[in-house]
Formats: sequence, C-alpha cells, structure tokens
Amino acid sequence: MAILGLPEEEYFARGHRACAGCGAAIAIRLITKAAGRNSILIESTGCIEVVSTPYPETAWRLPWIHGAFENPASIASGICAALKAMGKEDKINVVALAGDGSAYDIGFGHISGAFERGHNFTFICYDNEAYMNTGIQRSGATPYGAATTTSPAGKISIGKEIWKKNLVHILADHGSPYVATASIGYLTDAYRKIKRAIETKGPTFVNLLATCPTGWRSPTEKSIEIARLAVETGIYPLYEIIEGRHVINRPKNVSDLKPVEDYLKIQGRFRHLFRPEKNEKAINFIRERVKSNLELLIEHAQKNL
Amino acid sequence: MTKQIMEASHAIAEAVRMAKPAVIAAYPITPQTHIVERLSEFIADGELDSEYIRVESEFGAISACLGASATGTRAYTATCSQGLALMNEVLFIVSGMRLPVCMTVVNRALSAPISIWNDHQDSISARDVGWIQMYAETSQECYDLTLMQFKISEDHRVLTPSMVCLDGFTLSHVYEPVDIPAQEQVDKFLPRYKPYHAILDPEQPMTLGPIGFPSEYMEIRKSQIDAIEDSLRVIEEVYNEFSDSFPVGIKKARPERYFHVEEYQLEDAEIALVAMGSVCGTIKVVIDELRKKGERVGLLKLITYRPFPRQAIKDALKRVEKVAVLEKAVSPGGDGPIYCEFSSLFYDSEDRPELRDFIIGLGGRDVSLEHIKKIYEMTKEGKGEKQEWVF
Amino acid sequence: MIDFENVKLKVNDKEITIGAVLMSDGSTRKNKTGAWRSKRPVVDFERCTGCGVCWSLCPEGCIEKRSDGKFEADLDYCKGCGICANECPRKAITMVMEEK
Repeated sequence: MAILGLPEEEYFARGHRACAGCGAAIAIRLITKAAGRNSILIESTGCIEVVSTPYPETAWRLPWIHGAFENPASIASGICAALKAMGKEDKINVVALAGDGSAYDIGFGHISGAFERGHNFTFICYDNEAYMNTGIQRSGATPYGAATTTSPAGKISIGKEIWKKNLVHILADHGSPYVATASIGYLTDAYRKIKRAIETKGPTFVNLLATCPTGWRSPTEKSIEIARLAVETGIYPLYEIIEGRHVINRPKNVSDLKPVEDYLKIQGRFRHLFRPEKNEKAINFIRERVKSNLELLIEHAQKNL
Repeated sequence: MTKQIMEASHAIAEAVRMAKPAVIAAYPITPQTHIVERLSEFIADGELDSEYIRVESEFGAISACLGASATGTRAYTATCSQGLALMNEVLFIVSGMRLPVCMTVVNRALSAPISIWNDHQDSISARDVGWIQMYAETSQECYDLTLMQFKISEDHRVLTPSMVCLDGFTLSHVYEPVDIPAQEQVDKFLPRYKPYHAILDPEQPMTLGPIGFPSEYMEIRKSQIDAIEDSLRVIEEVYNEFSDSFPVGIKKARPERYFHVEEYQLEDAEIALVAMGSVCGTIKVVIDELRKKGERVGLLKLITYRPFPRQAIKDALKRVEKVAVLEKAVSPGGDGPIYCEFSSLFYDSEDRPELRDFIIGLGGRDVSLEHIKKIYEMTKEGKGEKQEWVF
Repeated sequence: MIDFENVKLKVNDKEITIGAVLMSDGSTRKNKTGAWRSKRPVVDFERCTGCGVCWSLCPEGCIEKRSDGKFEADLDYCKGCGICANECPRKAITMVMEEK
C-alpha cells in the first residue's frame, strides 16, 4: 500500500519523545520507509537516539544499533564486513543515521575512513544545524549568522561567523557514486534520493535538512514551510552528485530565488539580524554568498562537472 | 601438535587464524604490528577467510568490531598503549552491550613522554572497562590464551569481551618454541560463535544500545558485574578443558594445568613475589638461584587479572609471611594498582601477610636478575618504604 | 535466532535484559504523548480530499487513514504541533485550543 508514493507501513512508532514539530522525526519516518524491512540501522548518539529508545521502550520496528556519538560509520563498516563473511553481502540495506554534530564534527574522520574503504552502505545526516540534543550548541553545520548557545549573538558577535561546512562535496570527492542534499520541505524528492542512495552500490550520502523548532526557535507548525523556504531562497539548494557529476534539482536559476530574509526572519536564531535594526552587512553577505554558491553549482551542472 | 620456533606475535596470529574470526578490524601500532601484518598475509594467501577492515584509527577498529559482533560474528582486534587509550570510550560500550569481542593488547607504556617500550600501564588503566584480562608469560601462553579467550567470552554465561595481554618487545618480538595443535583439534575445542542475546537481523529486529535511565541503569550495570564475577567459574572450566584437550608439548613453556594463577615454588615459601607477564620468567630464574642457597621464596604469577581471582590468590598465599607485589604500572596520587587489590583482599584476614609494593620496568626499563634479587632482599630484611621504585 | 526468554534477567526485583537489549517492537506506543499538547487539529471533512500530505508530514506518524480514505490524527499521540494544519493544501485543518 502506498500514500503519495510512500509505503504505508510505519517503522518508527508513535509515542517517541521528540519535540512537537520535530523535523528529525519526520526525516526518520521517511528514511525508514525508504530503507524498508530488509535493513539494519546504525544510529549516532543524538536527538533521535535519545527520543526513540527510552529503555525499556523502543520506537523502532527494524534492527537498530546505537554505539557511540562518533562511530556510526565505523560500526556500519563492521556490519558490512560481517554480512559479507556471512554470505549476505549486498543483500541487506545498511543505513547509518546521524545528526550533523556527529556527521560534520566528531564523526567526520570515521565517515571519511568508511567512504575511503568503499563499504556498501548509506550514510544519512539529519541536519538540524547544531548539537540540538545537548542544548543547541554550534556545530560545523550551523549556518553563518545563526545564534546557538555556544555562538550566541551579542554586543560584538553576530552568532556563528563561519560559513556552513560543505560535507556533501567532501564525501563526493571520496569517490562516492551518489551524494545528495535533501530537505523535509520536499518530501517526495527526499524519498527518491534516499531510496536511490540505498539502492546504489558503494558508500552513499544524503544530507537531509530537518527543521528543529526548539533550536531554530521557530513556530512548530512551520517546520516544513521553513525547510521549503531554505531551498526556495537558495540557502540550501537541492542537488545530487552522481558519479561525480552535478545535477541541480532546485532552485534552477539565481533569478528565481526568494529573498533570504523570508527564510531568516521566521527563525529566532536569526532574530538578532533584524532587531533592534536590520543588519544589512550580514544579510548582504549571506545573500551574496548564497548567490555565488548557487551560480557555481549551476555552472558545474551545466558543464557536466 | 607440531612444534615451531616462532615470534610470540606470530603465535598469536596463528591462534587467531585457527579461531577463524569473521571480521578483523585493526590499526597498526608498535609493537602490535607483527600480529596484524601476519594476519594480513594469511588472508592474502587464502589461509584465513576473514574480512579485514583497514580502519582509520583504533576507535574505528573497536567500533567495527562492535558492529560485527552485534551482527552475529566473531570479531577480533589488537592494539596497545595510545591505541587502547583511544578506544577507551568504546571499550565500556562493548562490555556494557555484553558483546564478546576479543582483543590482544601488546603492553606498551603510555605517552607522555611517548614510549614504544613495555609496561602494563595501558591495560591496568583499563581494568575498569569491564573486560576480562589475562596475562601471558611465554609465546606458548600467548597462543593458548588467545584460543581460550574466544571460548570464554562467547560462553553465554559470560558474554564479556576479553583482552589477552603480552609484553611488547620483551615477549611479542621474541622467538620461542611453540606447540601448535591441529586445526581439527582447535575446531573441536572452539566451535562457531552462536549469538545468544543480541543480533542485527531483519528476520528478528532488535534494538541494541538504548538509553538507560536512573531507574534501570544500576540494575543493568549490576547484571554486568555479576556476569564478570561469575565468569571466574567459566574461565576455570575452559582452562581445564584446554589443559585436558591439549597436553603440554614443551616443558616449562606453560603450566601443566592452566589456572587463574601459577604457583612457582610456593609450597613452603616464606616470601612470595607476585607479578604478571614475561618478567615472571626472569623471576623464576632468580628463585631457582635463591632456592639453591636455601632461601624459601616462590612466585605467584597472575594469569587471570580481571576478574580478580581472589580465592585462588588467598589459597596460594595462605602460608606465606611476606608478599612483594611487583608491578609495571602506577596510579598517580595513589598506591600501586595491584598492591591496592592485594591490600583489599587481605584486609580482613587475621593472619594477613606483610605486603610490599615494587614499581618496576616502566617505559621498557629492563628488569634484570639483580633487580629481582634486590627486591627479594629488601622484602626479607624489611628495608625500604611501603612502595619502592626499582630503577 | 535469539530466544528472548533467555535474555530476560531479574536484578533487585527489576526485570531487565542482558546488555539492555530490546525487541524492535515499537513499544513506545505505550506512551500516550497526546497529553503534551495544548492545541489539537480539527479536520473539516467536507474540504478534505484524502490527499495524504498531512499523513506524510506528521512527526508522530499518528495520522491515520479512515475507511472513507480521508485522514485523521490519533489524539492519543498528537502533540499539537500544527504542521498538518499549516501544510494541508485544502486548508481543511484548524488548530483548536484544548479546553482543559
């Protein structure tokens, strides 16, 4: 049975302890539907792990293991090797799940090792752009100008003053056959990409933008709307790198972009860019950088790079 | 059984080869390298059908072993020193999840200052991670204990990961005769791993590694502690089964019958020296010399260190008046780690022996016959402080 | 196959499992998160076309298909986030304050 092209069966049960409006929970429902019954999930420490396994309860209906914060890719490597030894190589989907804190920072070296070795697994980062589970601290994935508890906006600071780390291209450069950005604002697109990543042989990666209303300080009902605006403003473009070649999904033109303010002003983490007065310099910096990043992506796609 | 002259590292690699782990994940670190290199050669020549993951760090190694073990296969790694320290977080996790991962630790001192030479600081510092620890004196013991550790860890009454420790360079790189049994004998002793409590299988979905709230954590930890304490019994069973299945081939290379401790000339000893690892060979030579002069001295060698074999130690030392603990590890700001465990063991005994602590061989400092003689004299004459550093 | 009966232990009169393992049986269903909310979704079934967008987006996965093909949230679990109401293409869902 399918609804909107998605399998009806739920592998992530209700009753979990995620916040109301949690983008990551939406992401996990989607990912588990794409992975299906014939999967093994490996989770990093983080929001999802904590809200889904309050012993003796579990929200999971699939084989699932949590080891430590930084090592889902290494644990997945061990699982891939074990499956091969058991004659089950390539017969079961091995899907590693991690938040951005794990994927971009503390677990980065281990993802690199696993991708370098070429294990047949998929790594999906549910990206809520900070260490949310420990109280909204800055990660490498936190965007420029965002306030977090360790990069707060203050009298002399505009929040994080470094651009978001580009994990997608780093992993593409490891020779991954398929990497993609996705957003819960475009659910069917995300589903297609996750499914493709799982079905592609070799190490594959999907970065899935997942709104955190608690950390982004946004209204719970707007979690999907914000994840859509991230794409429509060009701040978080949707693209794929297939066998090293770029494909742009959206936006396809710099002229199509909605103003970045539309995205920034609904989130409390960017509030300081508008109050007490609009920080034109910072917002301009964001606008220009978004534009040039997108132009570069479009150029790559057009030149089949 | 065939007798071969081999490096202790290679004896271990041979034991691992015959134990047939499905997954080996290891990162090179001196002086463990000869083990993992030999295993790679076996695989390259088709003599070992394991998946070898050339991980990006020791953290990756132990994590991959965790994943492989949880999937239901036998997993092995080897490391020491900095590598063991790097694994630290995951060592607790593997034992907390009760996964029977097996590891070799080629004891090496810890940085700083950086040292590649032998002492026991690495594994002694890891005595709280919840792993079984056994220490080898000879290449033969390296081979034997490595075969035994798989059987012990995987026993469903145990389900506790284990590390077999051997001295870096002073044992790992030394060539000695080793008696190797036939593969059929090993297969009979060590059957295939059969997961008992945990598996990652879409046919039977399980959740491994949940959060443990204060309401459950203590009971879960207690069940783990109970298991490692009870494992003393299983370890003894395995020691006996091994000793029966594989009789001594090379005299003096291993005990006739494996046990948690080895008693050397302790029957009528007034003074006992306590130690672990290859230094016991040196101590035995000194004891032979002293005995010729009529000194009543013996050695208590610890083979099982975790779980701490309390009763076996008490039984062995019951007639001894003075005990000198020789240890290659320290606890900065506190008393010697093994000395403390002996103190605790004998605290309530009315006829407890005098207890002395000697710190030896740190950072690969050679422990000579003279050092041992000096320790014996100091103990006999009651000279020196409670803890003495024997430089 | 694991015999889950072998995995159960009793410590201090408490039922636990070896290594804290669990069967992946979605047992969080025992926890009725509906108690968390301050607003609940009310569907105008005249406007609802049964498209399923709300079902796909609910973080709880508690929106269910009715026998008439239209969708409704299981109020035992709905946390009242309002995503369904915000995203419904037909604006068929309204968030209403809970009385108590």
